[in-house]
Amino acid sequence: MSDTGPERIVLSPEEARRRRIRSMAIGWGLGALALLFFLVTLLRLGANVGQRAL
Amino acid sequence: MTKLSAAPTEPIAVKNAANQGGLRDYLLLMKPRVMSLAIFTALAGMVAAPGDVHPLIAFTALIFIAAGAGAAGALNMWYDADIDAQMSRTALRPIPQNRVPPDEVLTFGLVLAGGSVFCLGVLVNWVASGLLALTIAFYIIIYTMWLKRRTPHNIVIGGAAGAFPPMIGWAVATGGVSLESILLFTIIFLWTPPHFWALALYRMRDYERAGVPMLPVVAGKDAARLQILIYSVLMVAAGIAPGLIGLGGVVYLVSSAALGAVFLYYAWMVYVRRDGHAADEAARALFRFSILYLFALFAVLLGEHAAGLVG
Repeated sequence: MSDTGPERIVLSPEEARRRRIRSMAIGWGLGALALLFFLVTLLRLGANVGQRAL
Repeated sequence: MTKLSAAPTEPIAVKNAANQGGLRDYLLLMKPRVMSLAIFTALAGMVAAPGDVHPLIAFTALIFIAAGAGAAGALNMWYDADIDAQMSRTALRPIPQNRVPPDEVLTFGLVLAGGSVFCLGVLVNWVASGLLALTIAFYIIIYTMWLKRRTPHNIVIGGAAGAFPPMIGWAVATGGVSLESILLFTIIFLWTPPHFWALALYRMRDYERAGVPMLPVVAGKDAARLQILIYSVLMVAAGIAPGLIGLGGVVYLVSSAALGAVFLYYAWMVYVRRDGHAADEAARALFRFSILYLFALFAVLLGEHAAGLVG
C-alpha cells in the first residue's frame, strides 16, 4: 500500500473539453464505420438476399 | 491500495501525458494537403481505369485511401519529430509544439494504418488493400526510417510512396495492376524529385540544420539544379505519354504538352538563375507550379474520362 501513488493531475476545463470532443469524434467515426460496413454488405449481397432459400 | 489525489468523478490523467490536442491537431497529423493529393490522384486512377465502380464502393475506397495516407503522415511525424522541431517549415506541427504526446501519435498512426488496410481489403478488394499497405510501409520504413537521414537519393526512391495512389485507385476499379496504372505511378514518381529539390533549394539551411542530406545540401545547389532539369524532362515525357497510348484523349494530350512546357520553363529558370534572391524565387516558383502541374494533369485525365471523351 502506498500513500503517494502515481502522480496525477486534474485536467483543466479546456483539456477536458478537448478530450470530450476527441471521444465524441471517435464515437461518431465508429458509428459511421459500422454504417459503411452495413451498406457495403447490402450492396455486395444485392439481389441474392431476395433469392436465398427460405 | 493506491490513493488518488483527485476525486473519482474528476477527469484525471498521468502527469506530463495530458493530451492537449484538439481535432485540428489530429487533422494536421494526417498531413491534409498530402492526403488531398493522394485522394485526388486515386480518384483519377479509379475513373481512368476501364470498367465501372459503384459510387458507394468508390466513396468507401477513397475514405480508406485517405485514412491510409493520413496514417502514413502521422507515423512520419512521430518518427521525425526531432528534425521537425529544427525546421521552420515543420516546427509548428503538433508534436514539436507539445500539443499531442508522441506515443499517442504512434498509436493513432498504427490504428489508422491497420484499420484502413483491413477495411479497404474487406470492403473493396485485397489488391488495392495490399498496395495501400505497401504505400504506408514504403513511406514509413523505406523513406522515413531508412533513407531520409542517410542518402541524398531519399526522395528519389521514397517518392514511390506518393506515386502509389493512382495505382490503388486503378486496382479499386479493376482488381489488378496494368501498364497504364504503372504509367500514372511513373508520372508522380518522376515529379517528386524536382518538386522536393526545388523546395530544398530555398529551404537548404533548414535541411542543413536538421541534418537531412537533401541533394542541394550534399552535392551542392548546381548539381541539384541539373538533376531538377533532367528529372523535369523525363517527367514531362511521362506526363504526355498517357495521351499517346490512349489513356488520355486529345484534351489531355494538348494540356499535358502545354503544362509540361511551362514546367520545363520554370525548371530552366531554376537552372540558369543561380545567385541571390532571383535563384530562391525561381526555386519557389517551380515548387508552386509543380503542385499546380500535378493537380491539373490528373484533373484533365479525370475530367476527360468522367465526360466520356475517352473510350
